[in-house]
Amino acid sequence: MIARLLAGAALAALAVGSAQAQQGKISGDVVKIGVLNDRSGLYADLGGEGSAVAVRMAVEEVGGKILGKPIEVVSADHQNKPDIGSNLSREWIDRDGVDVIVDVPNSGVALAVQEVTREKKTIFLMQGPATSRLTGDACSPTGFHWAYDTRALAVGTGQAIVKEGGKSWFFLTADYAFGHQLETDTAAQVKKAGGTVVGAVRAPLNTADFSSFLLQAQSSGAQVIGLANAGGDTITSIKQASEFGLTQSGQQKLAGLLIFLSDVHALGLQVAQDLVLTTGFYWDMDDEKRAWSEKYKAKTGKMPTMVQAGSYSSVKHYLKAIEAAGTDDGPTVAAKMKEMPVNDMFAKNGKILPNGRMVHDMYLARVKKPSESKGPWDYYEIIRTIPGDEAFATMAESGCKLPG
Amino acid sequence: MSTIFGIPPQALFGQLLLGLINGSFYALLSLGLAVIFGMLNVINFAHGALYMLGAFVAWLLLTMAGIGYWWALLLAPLVVGAFGVVLEKTLLSRLYKLDHLYGLLLTFGLALIVEGAFRHFYGVSGQPYPIPDLLRGGQNLGFMFLPNYRGWVVVASLVVCLATWYAIERTKLGAYLRAATENPVLVQAFGINVPLMITATYGFGVALAGLAGVLAAPIYQVSPLMGSNLIIVVFAVVVIGGMGSILGAVLTGYGLGLLEGLTKVFYPEASNIVVFVIMAVVLLIKPAGLFGRER
Repeated sequence: MIARLLAGAALAALAVGSAQAQQGKISGDVVKIGVLNDRSGLYADLGGEGSAVAVRMAVEEVGGKILGKPIEVVSADHQNKPDIGSNLSREWIDRDGVDVIVDVPNSGVALAVQEVTREKKTIFLMQGPATSRLTGDACSPTGFHWAYDTRALAVGTGQAIVKEGGKSWFFLTADYAFGHQLETDTAAQVKKAGGTVVGAVRAPLNTADFSSFLLQAQSSGAQVIGLANAGGDTITSIKQASEFGLTQSGQQKLAGLLIFLSDVHALGLQVAQDLVLTTGFYWDMDDEKRAWSEKYKAKTGKMPTMVQAGSYSSVKHYLKAIEAAGTDDGPTVAAKMKEMPVNDMFAKNGKILPNGRMVHDMYLARVKKPSESKGPWDYYEIIRTIPGDEAFATMAESGCKLPG
Repeated sequence: MSTIFGIPPQALFGQLLLGLINGSFYALLSLGLAVIFGMLNVINFAHGALYMLGAFVAWLLLTMAGIGYWWALLLAPLVVGAFGVVLEKTLLSRLYKLDHLYGLLLTFGLALIVEGAFRHFYGVSGQPYPIPDLLRGGQNLGFMFLPNYRGWVVVASLVVCLATWYAIERTKLGAYLRAATENPVLVQAFGINVPLMITATYGFGVALAGLAGVLAAPIYQVSPLMGSNLIIVVFAVVVIGGMGSILGAVLTGYGLGLLEGLTKVFYPEASNIVVFVIMAVVLLIKPAGLFGRER
């Protein structure tokens, strides 16, 4: 009897002890989430404060606490400069005890931050950046690439357009890491589908006037002009292509390789109609997405882009992994995240490869004509679901050297 | 087909024409800056923000009141000019006795405030502004397709630049202005209201920026960032042309537009820095600028 009592007491003590140990494993007694993105420049509308709002929504859903410790969200502007981005993330991790960095659009900045988070063993949840190198030669054990990447865009939009008969391509490329990778990945898909690439022109980031480049694209005689750029640059080039009558003649077709919902909203359907694009998320697809997006819209006045919805999804998954692992230690949580399937309003049965690529279905969409749209934000018609395994590279294809 | 440096001559004509169109914006903006600097000795860093304001006034007129492009062309510069007059009367006029630097800092701060406010309310992707019906479509020039609207921009900017140059260099009012620039005290002694003239000049200079903003609205997105994207280049134009030289500002504006256009063909990666390279070279050889005089 006494022995049983003692054993019971010992067990109870053990249970209490381990619970304490679990609680003690949240570093600094707070889980700090840092949203780092462009908050003032040409990419501010596709991520920006909207990503921070989406992250806060994920935090609110778990009651603002995890394992009994509070969750805090901070945000900063990297101004699209890799040096500012890597300095800020160093400061955040070393001085402020930030546990996870979210979003970081602009592949150039993301590649720099990936180096910092790899060194510090900090979780990095990428939404905004596009380059597939982030899960390829530049992959990291604690880096996760969530919403989309250049390879998925190339598979989606590139192949679809070649199939429709757009065989010869000319690229108008943003002259930095992202544009180059998108051009490379798309060119590969175009050639695979039996098309050819006749040329390319590299325009500096944040160009005000694209007419000169568009004219070069026009005189190349290519059937398809692939826009390997993003945000404000895409908006300007599409608008000016329409002004110069590039597409009206019917001989040439414009392919926006990376188009966000915010871009279409800014362009207006009159100009953007019939563009074919690939996206990882569209608000008006099922009840769950609609409900979440309406909630988001009530806070921001806008419908979310795939970057903003992805920020929510990845943070939600990250918090679940902390709960399951009982700690916020970077490598441990990263391993846990890769074990668990991703199931939320953003993705169904998403899986995470060892290189950090979150594999989920992508969608090929066509921008509606003004006559087809019921009002603001009713912009896309989903014409095809691209299965995740087709859209994203496998671990072997990615070129990532991590074990797995 | 024969080529010039590997480029078919027809493509080259197209690119030169495009350069001229961009040069029109440089010319209009640098003209306003030059007029303001000549008269007030103020380096008006708010110029880009006021250009953006012009475009936004046009957009607001259209979306809020249904007032179209042609009225906006008249009203937006008036609104921006009036805003400029208020700025000059309440803020800038207190700084004339101080170093240039204070005017620069004040206008730079104003630019940040105006841009920040618009960014807060309208985001960065910008608002679409339609091309007016009368100027839709374009002409096939054989070597390129010229949208009618772009043609109109070149004509409008040329007319405004020439008219301004004429008013300042060839009329009596312009003579007063130039005299007041040289020696304000003496001109005031002749019974001319110099402070009023200064205010009017600032108002006119920024109204030109507002006009450029309306002209730009259908080509670019009406975006809070449109001014800051352009203003640094325009400053380089003014420095190359010579601070305060009106003819210099206009000619350099068109010239650099052409040069930038050519860079976009031969070495596109450098197209956003070519203007600054030229600025550095000009400053080394002729510090007062191509058309400026040493003071």
